[in-house]
Amino acid sequence: MIRFSRYIWLYVLLSSFVLVPGVFSLFRWGLRPSIDFTGGTVLEVMTEKRIEESRIREFAKNHAIDLVDLSQNGKNGYTFRMKPASVEAVNAFQADLQKSTSGKFDVLKKDTVGPTIGNELLYKTVMASILVIIAILSYVAYAFKSVKFGVAAVASLVHDMLVMFGSFSILGHFAGVEVDTLFVTAFLTTMSFSVHDTIVIFDRIREYQKKDLRTNLADLSNIALTETIGRSLVNSFTIIFMLLSLVLMGGVTVRWFAMALLIGTITGTYSSPFIAVPVLLLLDKLEKNK
Amino acid sequence: MKKNPKKLFLFLLILTIFVAVIDLPEKFVISIPWRGSVIQKEINPPNIDIGIGSLRFQKELKTHLGLDLAGGIHVALEADMKEIPVASRMEALESVRQVIERRVNFFGVSEPVVQHVRSGETYRVIVELPGVNDIEQALSLIGETAKLEFREVTENQESTQSAFLFPTLANTKSVDLSGKDLKKATVSFNSNNGEPEVAIEFTPDGGRKFADVTKRLVGKPLAIFLDETPLMWPTVKTEITDGTGVISGGFTFDQAKRLTLQLNAGALPVSVSVVEKRIVGATLGADSVARSVRAGLIGLGIVALFMILKYGWLGAYADMALLVYSLLTLALYRLIPITLTLPGIAGFILSIGMAVDSNILIFERFREEYRKGKPWAIAMELGFGKAWDSIRDANFTTIMTSIVLYNPGNWDFLPTSGLVRGFAATLFIGVVISLFTGIVVTRTFIRVLYRGPKGGKS
Repeated sequence: MIRFSRYIWLYVLLSSFVLVPGVFSLFRWGLRPSIDFTGGTVLEVMTEKRIEESRIREFAKNHAIDLVDLSQNGKNGYTFRMKPASVEAVNAFQADLQKSTSGKFDVLKKDTVGPTIGNELLYKTVMASILVIIAILSYVAYAFKSVKFGVAAVASLVHDMLVMFGSFSILGHFAGVEVDTLFVTAFLTTMSFSVHDTIVIFDRIREYQKKDLRTNLADLSNIALTETIGRSLVNSFTIIFMLLSLVLMGGVTVRWFAMALLIGTITGTYSSPFIAVPVLLLLDKLEKNK
Repeated sequence: MKKNPKKLFLFLLILTIFVAVIDLPEKFVISIPWRGSVIQKEINPPNIDIGIGSLRFQKELKTHLGLDLAGGIHVALEADMKEIPVASRMEALESVRQVIERRVNFFGVSEPVVQHVRSGETYRVIVELPGVNDIEQALSLIGETAKLEFREVTENQESTQSAFLFPTLANTKSVDLSGKDLKKATVSFNSNNGEPEVAIEFTPDGGRKFADVTKRLVGKPLAIFLDETPLMWPTVKTEITDGTGVISGGFTFDQAKRLTLQLNAGALPVSVSVVEKRIVGATLGADSVARSVRAGLIGLGIVALFMILKYGWLGAYADMALLVYSLLTLALYRLIPITLTLPGIAGFILSIGMAVDSNILIFERFREEYRKGKPWAIAMELGFGKAWDSIRDANFTTIMTSIVLYNPGNWDFLPTSGLVRGFAATLFIGVVISLFTGIVVTRTFIRVLYRGPKGGKS
């Protein structure tokens, strides 16, 4: 048996290592919403020759386009993010770009989302999130019928949520990664993974609680964790292998989606034994001291 | 089931072969060198074509690629319904949709999607055109309102009488009467023979113009053009002064109804504006598919290897079940069919990782029981039995989440984004199929093939 309950300080340290910068970034810089939510245009092109950045900015200025972000991907790939602008302006901007460079000029992607749709999508995504979270919480309530276990499971979910939003806030600030509908999808999916890991461990603890009334909760949880940690890790490893290969080798368009899933899976796996269980023990202690 | 695992095993084998046939790659050429010459054969998945009596079931089995993979455009158009009475807004939207659909068919796009969406007070038409290259042209064509026009034939009398005359823009000229002058068109029935007809009603101004035109063209054809395509060219019988007319011509009810919709669409002052536009170049899609498929295969290989290293023969059986799982899932994508998007592929790859999940739960339980000294066969059955609760719990929330994300009821307040749906659909199918393969298939393989751990008690 591994005495997991002795190393709570380590889990606190590990989590704060990720949580503190993440939450700081979340408050300081917030998230970088994609045009899915704000409206606007994203134009992604691939050219044969380089285009000077100053010229790009000049073109944008000429057509009164508010260039929010300009990033280069690969050697001659450009992504332009702009605030909502007229179709004519965007087309003229694109035509100028094409004229300024000789050789091939491929439009890889051109997304325009009207501001109304952006608001609507934001609202719908929030609604979907609320619905999923209600579903998960009622499942937790149904599965445990105990406030202590329920609160501990929710604490680990909150932890995972902060890790995901925090890391995407950092990624957004330093690497320009945006939060779009797919990020929210990844978030909700990994939340549902996270809760089942917790349920497996808690189930074990309660199984032992019924059999053995004398041993204290800390020891019981140590036994349960020792038994389940192997399968939890192995289980998540297979998912992590798949996602890692997708992040490293998959197409550009799903990279950050796969990344969100990956971060979610890792924190989901971690939080069940190292957040949910310690919180449970803490609550148990508080109850006994009363 | 325990009575006869061999029968089940045979059934699973047949099922696997069956789905493997469905999964055959499209347009894949194999070359077999044989006695000095090379035999070339193109492989394609079979198409279903079953006829029982008058019932006919036809299905082309191929993978449907979403816009983000095939390249193409996605446009959401919002109709301005301010001037349309609330009661007839849906009807107006439907006619807008039909007009757009007809325009889209002009492109010869293989699988266009044109659907109307009403959410609250907004009325939209979503258009998806896979593989369209000339995006600007496509957009300008879609965005216009339907143009209904009456034209007179300019060629001489004799040729107009002949049945072979086909009005074109060249041999006709405008009579300055257009959709704007039309008040509405409705389906009516001929009082003599009961045939469906289309009754048209002009605005007061249009009625006056119509009277002038019909007076001038008695005995001559008056061609009706919709979006510069001749719709019909009835011959004017008498001068019409009351601003109404009847278009007859041996319509079926459906034809008459469709024509009314088209005429109303041309007549309705519904202007549409683009609120969302997504364009994906074909190169980006193709590149992404290739990369993601490769990533998926590599991941699959690692998972398979990992299972064998960790669980030995048991892992190998789990891998076989995983193979059945992959084939079955792909076959379902083709049968349902599920439109594959890039997030959908990610969902599939993710679900492969999760498919071995139940096997791991079972094998770990088995090891526990086996360590306690139970014979392996009993320990294995216990493993399957005891792990079931955890497996059910583990998958329940994922299934719930994927249902919410898919939004099967098309609810207004939930997202209907194609990308999110693509992911939710593959995730849902993945989880459900993995329950079947992880438990039933693996168990059958083990019952029939497994001979116990080396040196173990039996």
